[in-house]
Amino acid sequence: MAYEMIGITVLWIFLYGYLIVASIDFGAGFFAYYAKITKRDHVINKLISRYLSPVWEVTNVFFVFFFVGLIGFFPDAAYYYGQTLLIPGSIAIVLIAIRGSFYAFENYGSKESNVYLFLYGATGLLIPAALSTALTISEGGFIKETETGVHLETTALLTSPYSWSVVFLAIVSVLYISACFLTFYAYRADDQDALELIRKYALFWSSPTIIASLTTFIAMSQHNEAHFNRMMEYWWVFGGSVAFFLVALFFIYQGKYYGWAFIAVMLQFLFAFFGYGASHLPYLLYPYITISEGVVNDSMGLALVIAFIAGLCLLLPSLFMLMRMFLFDADYIKGKK
Amino acid sequence: MFEYDSVIMSRLLTSLTLTFHIIFATIGVGVPLMISIAEFMGIKKKDPHYILLARRWTRGFVITVAVGVVTGTAIGLQLSLLWPSFMQVAGNVISLPLFLETFAFFFEAIFLGAYLYTWDRFRKPLYHWLLSIPVVIGASMSAFFITTVNAFMNTPQGFELEGRTLTSIDPIDAMFNPATPTKVFHVLSTAYLTSAAVLAAITAFYILKKKGSDYHKKALKLTVGSIFIFALLTAVAGDLSAKFLAEHQPEKLAAGEWHFETEKGADLIVFGTLSEDMEVENEIRLPNVLSFLAKGEFDAKVTGLEEIPDDEQPPLWIHYMFDLMVMIGFYSLGVSLLFLILARFKKWNEYNRWLLWLIVINGPLAMLAIEFGWIFAEVGRQPWILRGYMKVAEGATTSPHVDWMFVLFLALYFVLGVGVVVVLRKLFKNNPAELELEQRYPEISRQEGDEH
Repeated sequence: MAYEMIGITVLWIFLYGYLIVASIDFGAGFFAYYAKITKRDHVINKLISRYLSPVWEVTNVFFVFFFVGLIGFFPDAAYYYGQTLLIPGSIAIVLIAIRGSFYAFENYGSKESNVYLFLYGATGLLIPAALSTALTISEGGFIKETETGVHLETTALLTSPYSWSVVFLAIVSVLYISACFLTFYAYRADDQDALELIRKYALFWSSPTIIASLTTFIAMSQHNEAHFNRMMEYWWVFGGSVAFFLVALFFIYQGKYYGWAFIAVMLQFLFAFFGYGASHLPYLLYPYITISEGVVNDSMGLALVIAFIAGLCLLLPSLFMLMRMFLFDADYIKGKK
Repeated sequence: MFEYDSVIMSRLLTSLTLTFHIIFATIGVGVPLMISIAEFMGIKKKDPHYILLARRWTRGFVITVAVGVVTGTAIGLQLSLLWPSFMQVAGNVISLPLFLETFAFFFEAIFLGAYLYTWDRFRKPLYHWLLSIPVVIGASMSAFFITTVNAFMNTPQGFELEGRTLTSIDPIDAMFNPATPTKVFHVLSTAYLTSAAVLAAITAFYILKKKGSDYHKKALKLTVGSIFIFALLTAVAGDLSAKFLAEHQPEKLAAGEWHFETEKGADLIVFGTLSEDMEVENEIRLPNVLSFLAKGEFDAKVTGLEEIPDDEQPPLWIHYMFDLMVMIGFYSLGVSLLFLILARFKKWNEYNRWLLWLIVINGPLAMLAIEFGWIFAEVGRQPWILRGYMKVAEGATTSPHVDWMFVLFLALYFVLGVGVVVVLRKLFKNNPAELELEQRYPEISRQEGDEH
C-alpha cells in the first residue's frame, strides 16, 4: 500500500477515535450542566467525573495526534487549512483551552461553581461546531486561491445549508454518543437512578441524530454532487451504519445489553465515518489537494509509518491498562477505589 | 495608529503563546522527576514525609499540566495557522519529531491519569512509584523531540532545496542536526533546575511565613540539593552551547556578545551599553574569556559580526538576555552551594532568614532565566525562520485577522494565568501539610508532637 493510503487510514482511525472519546467528554459536559439546572446533578455528576478525571488528557491527545499527523503526512494541508482556518481554528483552541484547564481547576482544585459548569456545558457543544468547519470546507466552495494567498469565504460558509447541517449533525451526534456511553457506564456502576435518567437522554437524542444524518446527505447532494455520487457507490456502508443504529436503539429501548448497544453505536459511526472518508478521496481539500499530490516525500513517509508502528506498540498496551483500571474495573466505577 | 503587518502580528502572537507555554512546559518536564525522586525516597527510607511531599506536589502539578496541555495544543495548531508556508516546506523534513512528540505526550498522559488515581490501590507502594517512571520519561522525551525541531530550524540539514521543493530528505539526519545535542542537554537540565528552584522557593517561603515543620525542612533539603546538581549540569550545558554557537551559528554568539570584529583573544563583555556609534560603554571586560568560552583556548579566533551580511544580523539587544540568563544560572549555583555548606556544619543555621529569602527569589528568577534564554535563542536567529533557507517574512500567513487573534489569546492567557494562581493558592491554603499528615499518618504526627 502506498504511504498516502497508510497515512490517511491512520489519520482517519485517530480522528474516529477522537470523535468517540471527545463526544463522550463533550456530551458529558452538557449533561452535567443540564442536570444541574434541572436539579438532578446529584444523580449523575459524580459518575461523570469518575470516568472523565483520569482520561480527559488522553482525549485531548487524540486531537493533537490527528492534526500533527495530518501535517506530517500531508504538508500541503498545513498551507491551505492554515491560511484559511485562522479564525475558526483559533476559536476552537480557545474553547478547548478553557474547557481543559477549567476542568482541571475544578476537579483537582476547588469546589464546583455554576460558571464553570455553564462553560463546561457550552464549550462541549461549541467545540464540535468549530471543529466541524474544517470538514465542511474540505468539500470545496468555501475558499478561494488568489495571488495574495488563500482566503476563506466567510459569507458563503455562514449561509450554506450544508455547513449548518454538518454543525447540527456534529452537535446531536455528540449528545447521542455520550448518552449511550454513560448509559453503559451507569449500568456498570450499578447506579439505577443514573441509568434511568441517562437512558432517557440516549433515546431522546437518537432521533435528531438520524434526522441530521439524512439532511446532511441531502445538503451534500446540493453542495458537492460528485462527492455525493461517490457516497452513493458506498451505499452499503451507510446502510450498515443505519442497521447498527437500529440495533443500538433496540437494545437501549429494551433496557439490556448496554455494552453491546454501545458497541453498535461505535460501529454505526465507524461505518458512516469511513464511508464518508472513503468517498471523499481522492481529494483532501476539494479541489486543491489530492491525496497523492499532497503527500509527504517517500523517505519521510516511511519514517512516519515506522514511528507510528513503534508508537502503537507502546500505546496500545498502555491504553489497555488505562481502560482496565478505570473503565472496566467495576469497583472503581462504583466508587470503591 | 499601527499599520497592520501580518508578519509582525504573527511573530507577536507566536511569542505570546510560547512565552506563556514555556512556563508550564518547563514545570511539566521537571516536576515529574522531582515527584518521582520524592516518592522513591519515601519508600526507600520508609518516611511518610516524602510520600506526602510527592502527593502534594502531584496535586499542584496536575493544575499546571492542564494549562501546559492546552497551551501546547495552541502552539501546535498555531504553527500551521500562523506559519502555513513554513509548515508546508518544513513539514516534509520535521514531521517525524513532531509526530514522535505527540506519542511521548500520549504516553505521559495515559500514565499521569493512572498515577493520579492509584495512590492507595496497590499493596506494594513500589508499584505505584513505577507508574511515575513513564510520566518522567514521557515528559523528558517530548521535550527532547520538540527541541530537535527547534534545533533543526537553527541548523537545518538532511535535505536539499530545489526552488520550493525539498529533495533527498533524510529524516534522521534532520533530527540529529548539529544543534540537537547541546540544545536538548540545555533544555532538560534547565527544566529540572527551574522546577527544583520553584519548589524550593515555595517551601522556603512557607518556612519564612509559618515556621515549617520537619516536613518542610526535608522538602527544602531535597529541592535545594537538586538545584545544586542541576545547576552544575546547566553550567556544563551552557558552556557546550557556547562552543556550538561559535562553530555553527557565529552570528548569534557575536550579536549576543557584542563582538564586532573577528579577532584572536576575544574579550567577554559583561553588561554595558551601546552608544549611538556602536561603541560599547560601561561594560565589564574579561580579557580573552570569550575565546575561551567559544573555543576552549584563550587566544582562539572568534568570528565577529562584521563578517555577517547586514540583512542577516540578529538584533543587538539580545546581549542583555544572554547576560541575565547566565547571571541567574550562577546565582542558582551559588545560593544552593551556600545552603549545602551551611547545612554541612551543625553550628551554622541553614534556615536563617536571609538565606531563605535568597532561595525564595531564586524560584521566579530561574523561570525568568528560561524566558531570557529562549528569547536569546529565538531572536538570535532572526531574520531566519529556517536558518540559511527561509526568512521569517516568507513563512507567515497573509491573513488580515491576526491582530484580533492576538487580543483573543492575550485574554485567554490572562484568564488561565489568574486561574492557575487562584486555584493553587486555594488548594494548599485550605489544606496545610501538617493537617494532611495528621489525617493520613496519625502515628507520625503524634511522635513529632511528643518530641517538640
